[in-house]
Formats: sequence, structure tokens, C-alpha cells
Amino acid sequence: MLETIAYSIFNGVLYGTLLFMMSSGLTLIFGMMGVLNFAHASFYMLGAYFAYTFGLGTGFWVALFLAPIAVGVMGALVERYGLRRVHQYGHVPELLFTFGLAYVIEELVALFWGTVPVAYKAPAALNTTAFTMFGLDYSWFKVFILLVAVAMFIGLWVLIKKTRAGLIIQGALSRPDMVGALGHNVPMVFTLVFAFGCALAGLGGVVGGIHFVTDPGMAFMMGPIVFVVVVLGGLGSVPGALVASLIIGILQTFFLSVNFSLADSIGALGIEDSGFFGVLWHMEATRIAPVLPFLLLVLTLIFRPRGLFGKREA
Amino acid sequence: MATNTAAGGTNLLKLWPWVVVPLVAIVLPFIFDSGHAINLLSHMGVAIIFALSYNMLLGNTGLLSFGHAVYYGLGAFVAMHLLRSINDAGGEGLPLELLPVVGAGAGLFFGIIFGTFSVRRAGVVFAMITLGLGALVHSSSLMFTDFFGGEAGLFGYRDEAPSLFGVDYAPSRNVYFLVVAWTFIAAILIYLLRKTPLGWMANAVRDNPERAQFVGYNPTIVRFIQFALSAMFAGLAGGLFVITDEIVNDEAVNALTSGAVLLGTYIGGIGYFIGPIVGGTLVTFLESSLSTYTEAWVLYFGLMFIAIVMFAPMGLVGIVHTQYLSWKAGGWKGNTGARLYILLTGLVGIFGLICVIELAYHYFRSWDPSAPFALMGVTVDATNALPWLVSFGIAIIGFGLMLFHGNPMLKRKLDAKSDGGKA
Amino acid sequence: MLRNKKTGLFTGTMIGLSMAISSITYAQDGPIRISYIEPLSGPFANVGDQGLKHFRFAAEKMNEQGGILGRDIEIVAMDNKQSPSESVQLIQRSVDDGIKFVTQGNGSNVAGAMVEAVDRNNRRNEDNKVLYLNYAAVDPALTNERCSFYHFRFDAASDIKLEALSNYMKTRDDDIDKIFLINMDYSHGQFISKRMKELVDEKGLDAEVVGDVMHPIGQVRDFSPYVSRIQQSGADTVVSGNWGNDLSLLVRAIDSAGLDVNIYTYYGGGLGTPAAVGPRGEDKLHQITEWHADVNVDEGLEDYEKWFQEFKERYPEIDWYYHRIYNQMHMLKAAIEEVGNAEDIDAIAKALEGMEFDSPTGTVTMRAQDHQILQPMYLSVMDTEAKYDADNSGVGFRTVANIPVEQATVDTTCDMRRP
Repeated sequence: MLETIAYSIFNGVLYGTLLFMMSSGLTLIFGMMGVLNFAHASFYMLGAYFAYTFGLGTGFWVALFLAPIAVGVMGALVERYGLRRVHQYGHVPELLFTFGLAYVIEELVALFWGTVPVAYKAPAALNTTAFTMFGLDYSWFKVFILLVAVAMFIGLWVLIKKTRAGLIIQGALSRPDMVGALGHNVPMVFTLVFAFGCALAGLGGVVGGIHFVTDPGMAFMMGPIVFVVVVLGGLGSVPGALVASLIIGILQTFFLSVNFSLADSIGALGIEDSGFFGVLWHMEATRIAPVLPFLLLVLTLIFRPRGLFGKREA
Repeated sequence: MATNTAAGGTNLLKLWPWVVVPLVAIVLPFIFDSGHAINLLSHMGVAIIFALSYNMLLGNTGLLSFGHAVYYGLGAFVAMHLLRSINDAGGEGLPLELLPVVGAGAGLFFGIIFGTFSVRRAGVVFAMITLGLGALVHSSSLMFTDFFGGEAGLFGYRDEAPSLFGVDYAPSRNVYFLVVAWTFIAAILIYLLRKTPLGWMANAVRDNPERAQFVGYNPTIVRFIQFALSAMFAGLAGGLFVITDEIVNDEAVNALTSGAVLLGTYIGGIGYFIGPIVGGTLVTFLESSLSTYTEAWVLYFGLMFIAIVMFAPMGLVGIVHTQYLSWKAGGWKGNTGARLYILLTGLVGIFGLICVIELAYHYFRSWDPSAPFALMGVTVDATNALPWLVSFGIAIIGFGLMLFHGNPMLKRKLDAKSDGGKA
Repeated sequence: MLRNKKTGLFTGTMIGLSMAISSITYAQDGPIRISYIEPLSGPFANVGDQGLKHFRFAAEKMNEQGGILGRDIEIVAMDNKQSPSESVQLIQRSVDDGIKFVTQGNGSNVAGAMVEAVDRNNRRNEDNKVLYLNYAAVDPALTNERCSFYHFRFDAASDIKLEALSNYMKTRDDDIDKIFLINMDYSHGQFISKRMKELVDEKGLDAEVVGDVMHPIGQVRDFSPYVSRIQQSGADTVVSGNWGNDLSLLVRAIDSAGLDVNIYTYYGGGLGTPAAVGPRGEDKLHQITEWHADVNVDEGLEDYEKWFQEFKERYPEIDWYYHRIYNQMHMLKAAIEEVGNAEDIDAIAKALEGMEFDSPTGTVTMRAQDHQILQPMYLSVMDTEAKYDADNSGVGFRTVANIPVEQATVDTTCDMRRP
């Protein structure tokens, strides 16, 4: 059991930090602009593909910086020439715009890079074993993911709490109208925040694309989970996104790692493995794990729509 | 979300479309008499009901749902179970014509259950709950194989069920007429619902929930009733789908189905009663036909949707309607040429864009990009610069003229006109 | 009511247009057309595209030899978007267009719907029957409880693959002690999990099943939790029916955790997997198939090696993988030539029943009782030294064991309704 818990915590934290990289940008954008960016995971995907393509020429380490910047520029263009126009019609069209954008980005990625996963791999230096825990090897790359995530969280925290730009963002998070009244160019701030959020997602893609797999389906796969994270953490709250990422990461990994079903632990009690409750009774924890985030999403929205750390209701 | 119920409504009060459209629908299968065409027409009917039910949420009540397929699919599954039990009983039991009612009942049932906790808030919270519910139900559909039949789905036979009127439902044309009948009934009911106090209150709740509450209507209850009724009609569409396809599987409840109905409804125009009708028809047609002509159909779909969201939030029907109103009010006088010019240059631009996309698909996807490739009836070599330059050229010239020549021209004429009016 | 009229007119014109294009009728001496119903867009497009290239290539090669009865073979590609209901529509479209043969293979759910639709059509529409040639859907039900006179399977069914695999595992009783089953959570994986456990007892394997895990299809991005379970169970052998990404990710996770286990799969050589796994799978990743590229080298099949090389020249980014498409196309040709026309579907189906065909790998038989092909199988393992690497990945496969037809046969419960 100790092993299981240790695995779950380590793997869960790893998965959680990746989720955080993706969701921090989304929650920032939502908090500031009220836009729930459906295409956020698409920018995550673009990050992975850009890093792969740049990496072919410049090597991984340069691509690590170039790719998020390129994704940020894409984000800025989308905000400036797409979202800003739709903004006048209200939040629902904004959501729909990003919804359509997700389709288009996926198609374009499949067009340019093909539908097969690309061979995007970690540099050899990171592929060596860093340490061994209970007989399983962990590579330096996994340690690297943790470091990137920690650096990102600290960077974000410093940016938001300690800089002037952060002050404006904080202000805009709670009172966008006030910030405008104080003479700041709110549309410009919006563009920058959107670009920044997308760049964060892109950075998530640079490491996530290696850890998982880089194919056109990766955005569709990750999109809903990222929503769950930001809703659970509280829309607009960066620390909330961190906590929610870790909760979901650890919980999901734990469910995957244990051999558990109600029937196994309590006993079948004569309940057949059929019918709604029968199947549930015999359901393995492993099979429930993928559904878990959505269960959390619905429960959160019903009982605490502002999430764990949110200040405002969604 | 500005809506134009009043304008859309007064026109529709005239009764003749309600006679002409069904007549046309009845004649259609005799013109397009291949099995596939008739199936396509039947699917359009199902899509129309589904889209109309969706618009009861989005257009009328302002509720954006990402999981409407849940009710469509659950209705279909329940109807399928009943059809199978009728098959097993050797064709004894409920007449096939009434099967959609069972689907509707199931839709209503699940609508009531899920509605109790979904509709307390509108906006993003509601959208996210429906997204989560959709994912939950879809995942369950692969877990509870007794009810959902696993990923293989469930089959039934429509011709092994009794008929009220002694019709043999093996030929798809007879099924099509049944679909037309149900589509007509559902459309009338949904239309009439819009005209009831409930329909008006739904609009009020959409536009200003606080004020609606102040007047004495609880927004949650109004949303709940609309939600349950909408789920009922979605279930009706699902039940009808069981008859047309005789198969139902997890697709019926998945996110793509939910997404397609959202796309279709919005493209058609959520502010109009006939918007979802147009959208459902168009999306069904494009999905089944566009994909046989081009690999890029998903991209065209996405681009069309984005274009509608950005430039014509009232949908296709909205474009036609505003132009029609403007024409009727004499707004076209003296600038008809400019309007046609914008339309024409826009079409040229779209044509160029299509050429570029088709070239790109051929270039990136084909095993041999240099193989001769028929583009708009011209055989070209995609590795050559010329077709690219020409295509890009057409696109740029088309859109360029539209944006920088046509638009300012129309604006000038309109300005001149209003100035003249003042003077 | 301008709006209504306009829409109707538009829809009408569009439908008319599509009908006009699709209703061009072909004469009896036109090409023999086969509808290829697979995903050609969306996430599985690559799989559909690869199969299409196989069919197009085979058709082209056979047309060079005079086609069938002097008529060319034409493959008509149709995009089913991996959707069962869409596939049913496409069968209808094929019937409308007068196409008599449909082929499909990806997804047993699609195959199940297609069998239903073909049966239904052939019952309701006697003048326009179609024959369904299944080249890859392995659900045993299709040749057992749901078998159909109009369905022929050219791939080994899942139960046959497991039979062959467990027969091989019996010969390795000394090395195999603890088996871990990890599969995708749908009928395909559920069947493997259930059947493999039965086979361990039936074959008297000196091994136990120490783990049995189902995971959702295509949703797991990180297999490390599963790998930790494999490691904890102490398994030395993993059996998996996974395909595509779910397989590549599993193998990569096992390798990166440094776990030393043998992995037995159905689709280890399938599209994209060798490229994604690379040398990490060497001597670990096994596959059970009816053929692999180095069989040509081992057995000196020069003609077939030439066929393989020509395919590579034509499509440099992939390799000839579906040997069964070769069998399928040649057996169809033999059946049509025996009947003397390509229109009488009942007669062609009868001719295919029980047909024996000299495939490069040996004689294969289309069992009359359930329309399941019986063929020799190969168990092979990933090897960087193989002469032909798969999809330019640097790794190919080396035969570990030949499994003769008798060891790759399972009885059927099919009770077929015949016309």
C-alpha cells in the first residue's frame, strides 16, 4: 500500500503540474476577460508542435523558449482580430468563437503535420535515469517537468504580486471597469493577457508533448480536463488552479493504481454484475478514474459554483 | 444575444408556409428517389427536430448547452429497447408510429432529473454542467453495456413492428413520410410553445433574469420547464432516429453530436424560428455530402462557423432576413450595385480560398504531391508555384476588393443617402 | 416567406447536384467497384488512408494483370468518419451507385453495424445485394452468434489470435509465470481479458494471471500508473490487444520505467506503433499476425518481396502491412471468375465459401460454416536487425514461431441463415 501511495503521489504530482501549466493560462484569461477559451488546449497543442518543429533546427533548449513565444504571438493575433470583434456580441458568441477555433486549429495541425503522432522526444541528456523508486526508473525529464512547473508558478506569483503589470492584472481580475477608468488601455491589456495565457499553455505543450504524445488529438483529449481544473480551482484563481491540478492529478492516478471495487472490498453481497447499481457495485476503480474529473466538475458546479478558491461565481 | 422574435414571428403568422413546406417535403422523395437521398432527407427531418429543440434552450432561453445529445441519445436508447422488445414479441406491441413518443418520454424524464440541478444558473455554469454531464453519460454508455449495448450499440427492426395504418416500413420512403409527419408535429408544437406565456417568459429570463424575477417569475423554474421540454423534443428526435437508422450506439450521446447540433443551430440563426430548420438541414447535408467531395470538409465547417460567429451572429437566416427587410424598406435603392459587388467579390474571395485549401490538402496529404490534380476542373501540379499564386491571387483580390473597395463604397452610398434624407 | 423558399431552393439544388454526380450508371463492362468504407478524416484518418493505399495498390497490380474477367478493379473511397451510423449510410450510397462489394476493417462496432445493414439491404432489396469483405475487424461475434452469409472475414478473429498465442505460450511454459492483462475498455479488450483467463486454464499453462486492467480507449495519456501496477504484480508477461497510441504509450511507459517484461500484442506492427516505440521495443514487443515483412526473406518469397518493394517505392512513408488484403483481393477475383460475372452476389458468396487459396504464406481456407479465414500465423518480435523496418522506424520484426493452421483454428457456433 505504501508503494501505491508513493507512486500515486509522485505520478499524480507530475500529472498535476502538467495540468497546472495548461490551466493557469486559462484561468488568467477567464478571470480577466470572462472568456472561457475553448481553444486553450489547442494552444497547448500548438506549443508541442512548434517545439517539435523548431527543435529540428535549433535543438530542444532553444525551442523551449521559442515555442511559447510563437504560441503567444498566435494568441495575440487571435485576440486582436477574432475575439475582439466577437466581444461586442457577448460572452456566448466568444465561447462559440473559441469552440470553432478549436476545430480549425486541429484540422490545420493535422494538415501541416499529419494525423500520425510526430516523433517529438526529449533530448538525450534528459532521457537518463534520475532515480529509482520501488524498482521503477524515473528519468531526468520527469524531474525537469517538475522544475519547469515550479519555476512557472513562482514566476507567475512574482509577476502578479510584485510587479506593476501584475497589479493591473489583479485589478482587472476583480474590477475590469475600474482599471479602464484609471486610464489603462484595457483592450491592449486584454490582448497581452490572452497572449500570455496562450504562451503558458504553449509552454505546457512543449513539455506535455514529450511526456504524453504529440498528435492532432491531444487538444481534444486535454480540453475538457483543463476546464475541470479551472472550475474546481475557482475561475480566475491561479493558486486555485494549482491546488485543483494537484488534487485531480493525485486522485486520478490513485484510482488508476489501486485494485478496488465495492464488490471486492465489501463483498458481492449477492449483487449481480448487471443493472445500474450492480454494474456500479462491481465497477473497478480503474474504470472510474477517467470519469472522475467530470464527476468533480458537475458536483463542484452544483454545490460550490465558485470553486475552491474563486472569489466570484462563474 | 440580440434576438428578433417579433420580426421573425409576424411573418410566420401567415399560415401558408405551414402548408407549402410539408407539401414540398412530400414531393421531394419522388424527385430524389435513390435510397441514399431518401435516407438523407429523413436525417434532415430528425436533425430539424433536434435543432429546434436545441434552440428552445439557446435561442429562446439563452442557455448554452454542450450536452444536448444526452437527451437525444437517451431517448433513442429507450425507444430502441422498446423496439427490440416489440421485435422479440414477434411484432406485437406499440405501433411503430408512436415509438418517438416513447423517446420523447425518456427525454422528458432525464430532462427533469438532470434539469433539477443544471438550471439554477445560466451562462458559463450551465454550459460547464452540461459539458460535464455529457462526458459522464457518454462514459457511462461504454460502461453499462446492458443498457447501451457497448460500443457496438443496439439494433432493432422497424419492419417487425405493428403499424397504426398498416404501412410497411421496410422501404425508406415510407419511413421518410413518417419523419415528415413527426417533424411537422414537433415544429408546430415548438412554434406554439414560443407563443405561450412560457415562451415569452423564457425570452424575458434570457434577456434579464432579475427583471423577470421582479415581475414574479422565478427564472430557475422557467429555465427548468424550458429545459425539460427541450429535452423532451430532443428525445423525440432520438426516437425517430431509431426508426430511420435501426441502430443506436454511443455516438448518439457523444460530444460530437452535441457539438453538431450547436453548430447547426447557430449557423442557421438562433434568433429565428426557422434558423434551426435551415441549420439542421444544411449541416446534415454538408456532413454527408461535403465529405465525399473533399477531405477538407471539417476545416470548411469550422471556418464557416467562425465566419458566422464573427460576421453574422444572427446566422444565415439572419443575413437573408436583414437584407430582405432593408430591401423592403427601400434601403437598397441606389446601392443595389454596391451590394451585389460586395457579394460577388466575396464569392470570388471564397472561391480563391477554397482553391488554396484544396491545393494545400493535396500538397500535404497526397503521397505524390506532383501528381496531376483536378482543381475546379483544371488539372494542375501542386508542386508548381503557379496554381498557388493564382489561387492566392484570386483570394486576395476577391477579399481585398470586398473589404477595401466594396465596403467603403456601400458605406459612402449609405451615408450619402442618409445625408440626402436629412437635407 | 422568401427565407423558406430560398432555403428549399438551395437545398434542392445541392441535393440535385449531388444526385446527378452520384447517379452516373455504369455498364456491365465498366470497372468492378469496391466501396472502401473507412475513416478518411478525423483522428483515425491515417489508419483509413493506409488501408486505402493498400487496396489501391493491390487493384492497380491486379489490373496490370488484366483485372477480373478483363474488367478493371476500382476502389471507391468513402469516409465513414469512424461512425457506425455513417457507415450504414455509405452502404446505402454504394447500393444506389450499383456497387456490389464493400470492404471495411477498422472498428468492430462499425463492422457490427455494417453486417446488420448489409443483411437488411439484401433482405429488403433483393435486386441490389452487396457483399461485405471484412479485412480487419476481429470481433469473434461476427463469425459466431452474429454471423452472416454476406460477410467474409479475411483477418484472424480475436479468439483465433488468442488461440495461436496461447499455443505458443504453452511452448514457453518455463519463462512465462505471471501474466498481466491490460486492454482497452470496450468489447475487443473485454473479450481478450475474459478469453485469455479461460485459455490459461484450458491450455494448462503453468502460469497465473496476476493482473487484469481495463483502461478507456484513447484517453490515457500517461501509462505510468498502470506500469506501476504491472511492476507491483511481479508480472513477466503482458498481453494486450491495444492498438495505435494506446499501445505505443504503454510500451514507452514500460520501457522508460525500466521494466523487463515481454509484451504480446495484436497490433505491435500496426501503423505508427513501430515509429512511436522505436528500439525501445526490441526483444520485448511481440505481435501475432498472419504475416510480416521479414517472412518474405525467411521463406524466400521473391515475388511477394517484389510486391512489397514496389509498394514501398510507391508510398515511401509506409509499408505493405495488410497481407490479408492480398488474400482478400485475390480470393474475390477467383470467386468472381468462377461465377463468370460480378453481379450475382449469392453465387459469388457461394464460390467464396470453402475456397482454398495458395497465399504466399501457405494455403488459406475460407471456412464455409462461418466465413472465417483460416491461415497460418506468425509470432514475431521487434528487432532492429530485421531486413525490413516498419514505416522507416529503424525497427522491424523477426519471426519467433510459426504457428500452423491447425494451431490457429477455433470452432464456431455460427448457425447461418442462407438464401
